[in-house]
Amino acid sequence: MSARIQDDQRDTDLADAPLDAALRRVWDTPRGVWGALATVDHKVIGRRYIATAFVFLAFGGVLALLMRWQLARPESRVLTPDLYNQIFTVHGTSMMFLFAVPVMEAMAVYLVPLMVGTRNIAFPRLNAFSYWMYLVGGILLWGAFLVDMGPDIGWFAYVPLAGPQYGAGKRVDIWAQMITFTEISALAVAVEIVVTVLKQRAPGMSLDRIPLFVWAMLVTSFIIIMAMPAVMVASTALILDRLVGTHFFNPAEGGDVLLWQHLFWFFGHPEVYIIFLPAVGMISSILPTFVRRPIFGYLPLVLAMVSVGILSFGLWVHHMFTTGLPRLGESFFTASSMAIALPSGIQIFCWLATIWYGRPVYRTPFLFILAFFFTFIMGGMTGVMVASVPLDTQLHDSYFVVAHFHYVLVGGAVFPLLGGVYYWFPKFTGRMMSERVGKWVAGLLFAAFNFTFFPMHVLGLLGMPRRVYTYQLDMGWGGLNLFVSLSAVVLAAGFLLFFYDAVRSARHGEPAGDNPWGAATLEWATASPPPSYNFARLPVVRSANPLWEDDGVLPVAGGLRVDRRELLVTTVGGALPEARESSPRPTIWPLWSALATTALLLGSILTPWAVVWGAVPVTIALIGWFWPGGRKEEES
Amino acid sequence: MKQDVVVDLSDLPMNGSGTASLTWWGTVAFMLIEGTGFALMISVYLYLGSLAPAWPIEAPPPEWGPGTGVTLLLLASLVPNVLLSRWAAARDLRKVRAGLLIMAVFGTAPLVLRVWEFMALDVSWDSNAYGSAVWMLLGLHTTHILTDLLETYVLAALMFTRHADNPRRFGDVQDGAMYWNFVVLTWLPIYACLYGIPRL
Amino acid sequence: MRTRPLPSLALLLLCGGCAGWQSALDPQGPSAQALGQLLHGFVLVLAAIWLAVLVVLAVALRRRSRATPQAADRHAGIAVGTACVATVLVITGLTLASYVTTRVISAGAEAPLVVRVRALQWWWEVTYPGEAGPDVVTANEIRIPAGRPVRIELSAADVIHSFWVPNLAGKQDLIPGRDNVLTLTARRPGQYRGQCAEFCGMQHAHMAFMVIAEPPEAFAAWRAAQQADSAAPAGAEEAFGRQVFEQKPCGACHTVRGTEARGTNGPDLTHLASRATLAAGMLPMTRGALAAWIADPQTIKPGNNMPMVPLTPAELQAVSAWLATLR
Repeated sequence: MSARIQDDQRDTDLADAPLDAALRRVWDTPRGVWGALATVDHKVIGRRYIATAFVFLAFGGVLALLMRWQLARPESRVLTPDLYNQIFTVHGTSMMFLFAVPVMEAMAVYLVPLMVGTRNIAFPRLNAFSYWMYLVGGILLWGAFLVDMGPDIGWFAYVPLAGPQYGAGKRVDIWAQMITFTEISALAVAVEIVVTVLKQRAPGMSLDRIPLFVWAMLVTSFIIIMAMPAVMVASTALILDRLVGTHFFNPAEGGDVLLWQHLFWFFGHPEVYIIFLPAVGMISSILPTFVRRPIFGYLPLVLAMVSVGILSFGLWVHHMFTTGLPRLGESFFTASSMAIALPSGIQIFCWLATIWYGRPVYRTPFLFILAFFFTFIMGGMTGVMVASVPLDTQLHDSYFVVAHFHYVLVGGAVFPLLGGVYYWFPKFTGRMMSERVGKWVAGLLFAAFNFTFFPMHVLGLLGMPRRVYTYQLDMGWGGLNLFVSLSAVVLAAGFLLFFYDAVRSARHGEPAGDNPWGAATLEWATASPPPSYNFARLPVVRSANPLWEDDGVLPVAGGLRVDRRELLVTTVGGALPEARESSPRPTIWPLWSALATTALLLGSILTPWAVVWGAVPVTIALIGWFWPGGRKEEES
Repeated sequence: MKQDVVVDLSDLPMNGSGTASLTWWGTVAFMLIEGTGFALMISVYLYLGSLAPAWPIEAPPPEWGPGTGVTLLLLASLVPNVLLSRWAAARDLRKVRAGLLIMAVFGTAPLVLRVWEFMALDVSWDSNAYGSAVWMLLGLHTTHILTDLLETYVLAALMFTRHADNPRRFGDVQDGAMYWNFVVLTWLPIYACLYGIPRL
Repeated sequence: MRTRPLPSLALLLLCGGCAGWQSALDPQGPSAQALGQLLHGFVLVLAAIWLAVLVVLAVALRRRSRATPQAADRHAGIAVGTACVATVLVITGLTLASYVTTRVISAGAEAPLVVRVRALQWWWEVTYPGEAGPDVVTANEIRIPAGRPVRIELSAADVIHSFWVPNLAGKQDLIPGRDNVLTLTARRPGQYRGQCAEFCGMQHAHMAFMVIAEPPEAFAAWRAAQQADSAAPAGAEEAFGRQVFEQKPCGACHTVRGTEARGTNGPDLTHLASRATLAAGMLPMTRGALAAWIADPQTIKPGNNMPMVPLTPAELQAVSAWLATLR
């Protein structure tokens, strides 16, 4: 079966079986511990990323339950105020920085290279590095929390509460460095995705044939690139204020308290769309499969995503309506906050039109999309309410806002994500998740979510502020809070059932074929799970729905080498072949680099000099990373 | 799935150069990230300046000398840098080696002069918000000079090894040269900000 | 407290019980009234849109399309285009309504009463700049004359806080290094509860205050009484209590005008017993609560800045007896 592979052997000369064997020899990740630590396969890293993000979701969920336990009754003493403040901070931080953003990027790390028809993500070693950085950041936050050093200043870390005077101890420093870890990893993945989408698309996949999830991730990645530097600047300034006595946020010495809020929300508002746009992409990619027709309004959908991306940078003041900014500015930001309703509306209308002219098939992923419609649109409506400056003065920082953003983030992003997991699980594992359990999961989560979060709107209007660890008996909030807490338990049961189904199905699920849903995009053109090299021969694309329009025959390109890791670079606009390019082999250097960076960042919490001596191992690791190894991949 | 070979890629080059190179795009993406960072830091400087009743706060404007020296050195370095990029495009190993050594010198010189520039700010980072802003702005840019300089050293060393004569290496040199242009060009608005705004 | 929820929200309130003394749904002043109407309008419009979208979705799921792809695309294009135009109209309308409401709320008030509120971790210092006589300084309670606009000048001593009395007005942050202003009016005499709405540290949950609106004559009388120094001890126990208060470190943080105590870190206690609550809304103002609070403030409100001062039972009794007479 294994023919001798010569130098410069091409795939065109080989039959399917020897081609598979040859490609496996160069693309497979080596077995054992070294292989696991050195892998640069986007699928292995993507799976790891997704699994880790869901672990953090579960952890964050446990914290939510603890909070609901405390708030179930007035004047409850289940948690001390100090612990409660750590818990809500770690819950928010964990959900935003360790779950929502990473899980969306993780789905992209796995899916984008398959959907654009290439063999690995661009910069695979950077991809490995980003996962290690993310993992360390998560361990840092949770490790600190477990030893009672968790941050207690909210996920937004407003100064002066987080500043040197009021945020005593190392808790805030840990929060700020956790930001550095997760932002480095998020930025790295964003760069990989941008370059993968722009330069590694299958021949013929011109801009108007890119799957909508890939478009969404491209826009998202640009938002990350433009938005995350703001939180890096902010957290660096905060660390400097705390550790070396700068005065960025100290009004007594010419600094400004609101500077923090401007910088944080310049990142923080786009952050919402960093989480939501991938979900838009998932729905746009899943929906056609279950209504049996191509998406309606491809171009408007792409333009809507791009304009959401641009508008998202004009909204940050929307979180600062009660800080007393000039009236004119407030009116401008009301208008721009309202304006984003238009592109969001276009997305909804296009999906409705797609369903209107389609023939729905009620499988679990589709049920999650229906749940999305119900919940997300309500979140969008309350979003219009908080976008109004005068209304926001009543709603801001009350439980109404807690309800609003959970409707948007859980309804708008987590429901599509879970639909996406049910949809792509067969591709990830080769096995289907259970349809019967899946319907229970979707139903339970949908009902329990609404029971948990809808009453919070009312609580907010009844005057209950956010982030309070308890409330007095005579406030009259007890009944609703108890109801919310009980519903939260059901919600947790729904998630538990989901985890059970995922773990069980990974081993015992029905085997899935290459394309179990009869979908149209390229990730379904290869085996489930895909081989290490993704595609034995790179697919050639002739329409936006390639698998629906080629009558069971996949047009492919030949001529790549099989004796080294080789993939194809194409032009940005028309995806015309430009060059054969090599892709790196497994290497341990990204792990060393991540560890060296960790030493530097953790050391800097204790002494600023750590930045100096910590730079030495980082430099050594990076030289090791980039020094050529003299393999065939080096040839040119 | 049945496959039908419709495109032949065998005659394509074995690595992309210029805009056909993935690293070129990666470098551009990182420049976008860092450019955003610089823009934000300048915004912080201007924002704090707009709030303060007097700017600089309790300090004289920074002295012209060292900063202008750094600026001139950086601008002068563009000449060998552009030449280096051309030599790399022409894959002339001998000239590229010489060019990298020259660039190593041109990278080190402004870094040394920068020490005096920090002193010429005449304010400490912990004096007030003005001091914090100028130190962070200058520090951020210095970090970029430093990292690019290290890259130049490593690349120069690499070009004297067996790995040198490879189109990939010349591509790396070109990307490195592009990044140095970025470091020099981002300095100009920072220079204008640090030395111009306090004198307005 | 009477509660009059807005009609369209009555349904929501049914499941909430009706506690109206800290509620945006029970407006008791022009500002909250305008916001309540805006809320009402937004909820009606947006709920209608939400329902309409779901109805379209339900129909879309049930029908079977027999349109040719070309016809489907054309019809869908028209429908989506129309929906977009409608969206633009609705958000324009809502933006204008917001703008008008902002104008109404921020219209200048005539001859307002000026009150300075300074927020600290975790209590509110309230100062009435002296019109005739000395400034009145109190804490966690804002007395105002009903029907007269009140201009509240907001500042923060340590971290960011937010001033929110939902029955009377929307919230406004108190930010170190910045000055903010909020104007509100209580239509009728009554008690309205407010609470800090920006997370401000360990006891953010226990940073409440009362706004007590009174008829103008009652307010004037209260103000005059507050301008006086503290009353002389009525009996021997009270006299001993005052003596303990002056000898122990209490005066380092608290002021009681008419005594040696002139500290400014903690609330002014000159007329402590005239207030309705103790410890920023945590405890009712009774002699027993005072004793409990002084005996162990850290168990009642962990993390607050009042230390436990060791007192003998007799001293504790006397101090709380004296404080309870400071009306």
